[in-house]
Amino acid sequence: MSNWPLWEIFIRGEHGLAHRHVGSLHAVDAGQALMNARDVYTRRHEGLSIWVVKAGDITASAPGDKDALFEPANDKVYRHPSFYDIPDDAGAM
Amino acid sequence: MYAQMVKTEADRVKTLAEMDECERVFQERVDRGVKIEPKDWMPDGYRKTLIRQISQHAHSEIVGQLPEGNWISRAPTLQRKVILLAKVQDEAGHGLYLYGAAETLGVSRDELTAQLLSGRAKYSSIFNYPTLSWADMGAIGWLVDGAAIMNQVPLQRCSYGPYARAMIKVCKEESFHQRQGFDIMMSLCRGSAAQKAMAQDALDRWWAPSLMMFGPPDEHSVHSAQSKAWKIKINGNDELRHKFVDQTVPQAKLLGLEIPDPDLRWNEARGSYDIGQIDWEEFFQVVGGNGPCNRERLAARNKAHEDGAWFRDGLMAHADKTKARQQSQGEAA
Repeated sequence: MSNWPLWEIFIRGEHGLAHRHVGSLHAVDAGQALMNARDVYTRRHEGLSIWVVKAGDITASAPGDKDALFEPANDKVYRHPSFYDIPDDAGAM
Repeated sequence: MYAQMVKTEADRVKTLAEMDECERVFQERVDRGVKIEPKDWMPDGYRKTLIRQISQHAHSEIVGQLPEGNWISRAPTLQRKVILLAKVQDEAGHGLYLYGAAETLGVSRDELTAQLLSGRAKYSSIFNYPTLSWADMGAIGWLVDGAAIMNQVPLQRCSYGPYARAMIKVCKEESFHQRQGFDIMMSLCRGSAAQKAMAQDALDRWWAPSLMMFGPPDEHSVHSAQSKAWKIKINGNDELRHKFVDQTVPQAKLLGLEIPDPDLRWNEARGSYDIGQIDWEEFFQVVGGNGPCNRERLAARNKAHEDGAWFRDGLMAHADKTKARQQSQGEAA
């Protein structure tokens, strides 16, 4: 298995949700990664579509940037519908 | 368990006050139940212990295919055969999920494979016992997978994200394994006297090794305490062993089989069964490489690895050639 690249596997189920990361595997190329992903991650009807992405091609945010990236969302409660007090008489909204 | 007696390199568990800043922030995250992810800072000992534990678990899944593989070609019916094939295929899958989780900690798959093949890495003691009759397929599913589930269900909540997620996938599939084993036992116990005797013989041989899977009592073990503080071990060995016994004894009664332990007694005060002495000397012999099948299992893994080398090399050579051809066509166009 020396030097077989690592692939990240994404599966879309039959209920309309987006492709979801399910794990990874080693394969020589994209075709074999797809075939192996079928065997490893869809033995029980888990999916109807598979994406395989070379792990090295993924750019990820760094844990150290967590505050800079996600902190600004914390004080913007007005982005949530529950922030607004609407009278029941207004009906469905 | 599938990972037994995992060492942590701790001589005692540090208090929060004794930790440096990084360690304290880490421990407080673990205490709050926040998952640790691959790129997060983690103590060296946590990383090393997890690599040991997850890879032992993975090796156990892979070696665990061998005792059952022994009966695929001799399953009594076609249906039993496809079920056993599916189960053994699941074990391979579980091994892959776990190797994937271990690799996120910075160890390579080739290194893990090399550790298993050279005998440096451990795997569960249980897979070093022989499968002598078809009833052993029933006993393994019922007892061995049953014991594994006891340990794996709590590990779904462990602190390391990739390990916890792998455990969730494993647990979803594992319940089929235990039920198909119990189903085999039920068929044998409802069959002829000879079939029932075969089921009893399998229980007689697998009972004690299944109890040993949980490992020796560890309430005074520093490694166990450290692993619990890190939330990569959730329960004590005896705690899980007793839970397993309490669950399994009534199932044996349902089958009409006798648990091979003359000291087994219901303890009203504890609300749990008392069991007889476990032969830990046998356990240490098996873990140390001297079980009935240790050499055979390692030889089988090494042979499979060597026999498959030409195929793995061929796949890689073909992929390289295809890529080179596509590149030269791209340049020509």
